[in-house]
Amino acid sequence: MKELITQTWSWWFSGAMIASIMFFLLYFGQSFGFSSNLRTICAAAGLGKKTKFFDFNWKAQLWNIVFLIGSIIGGYIASNYLSSGGPVEISASTIEDLGKMGIAAPTSLQPNELFSWEAVFSVKGFLILAFGGLMVGFGSRYAGGCTSGHAISGLSNLQLPSLIAVIGFFIGGLLMTYVIMPFIL
Amino acid sequence: MKFLKFLLLGIVFGIVMAKSEAISWFRIQEMFRFQAFHMYGIIGTAVTLGVIGVALIKKYKIRDFHGNPILFFPKDKSIARYLIGGTIFGLGWALSGACPGPMVVNIGYGFLSMIVVFFFAIVGTYLYGVFMKKLPH
Repeated sequence: MKELITQTWSWWFSGAMIASIMFFLLYFGQSFGFSSNLRTICAAAGLGKKTKFFDFNWKAQLWNIVFLIGSIIGGYIASNYLSSGGPVEISASTIEDLGKMGIAAPTSLQPNELFSWEAVFSVKGFLILAFGGLMVGFGSRYAGGCTSGHAISGLSNLQLPSLIAVIGFFIGGLLMTYVIMPFIL
Repeated sequence: MKFLKFLLLGIVFGIVMAKSEAISWFRIQEMFRFQAFHMYGIIGTAVTLGVIGVALIKKYKIRDFHGNPILFFPKDKSIARYLIGGTIFGLGWALSGACPGPMVVNIGYGFLSMIVVFFFAIVGTYLYGVFMKKLPH
């Protein structure tokens, strides 16, 4: 029984849980879209005084900030109480491909080459994390949503804009994975 | 109290994202290399159930707990903003291995270096707000 919880959760259970969270949010009168929080944080920081895009009633979005705080707590609970602490079991071919770029086989959920403090405090490592974040934040607002807003909520409503956005996610993701990353890692 | 339900949903979301390993840079790489079904299974299951549920909500005009109808607002029609914005997002997603939700779940999980990624995601959103009028939409 304990192993059922500490092992990797199956894709079907996890997918069903994510759909359930979306429906609960709809039932509570809101919608599932995580990247809106980034805009809310900018507005709460007072950036609306100079930039009109951040001048809106951000307090109406506080529920989503609470959801964000909850997800941090969820991550903490999963790590400290629900995990056996083993490495993520990715496919052998991925391990081999990543090895060619100097990323060692997993020892936890994240590669040390990118997320250790040693990496963060190197120029290259810092730039990778900074540009990665920058593009996610810029791109999600430009596209009007991220994985939760477009790939989950938007596709569930069969919205064409969301399909175009998800196609964009993959164009960018494949370009980074196959063309850019081999040069920068 | 009215926020408690959102806190609980967030906690469940964080646990599911962590336990499904969707917050792992390795899993995102495996996805973009088409070397495992796992991530496609997660997103595919969520979308399949989502499509069915949203269709039922519309068909039976289901209301939320306030008694208001659950409405879906179509996004603005455009190709450029979704394609260009989506591509930029994808570049960042593959590089950092995290979209906005997983970034903060990672912070809670103990990968504190994700604070750097999350901070710059906020900066990225700010830059969009500053330059949005100059961008094709």
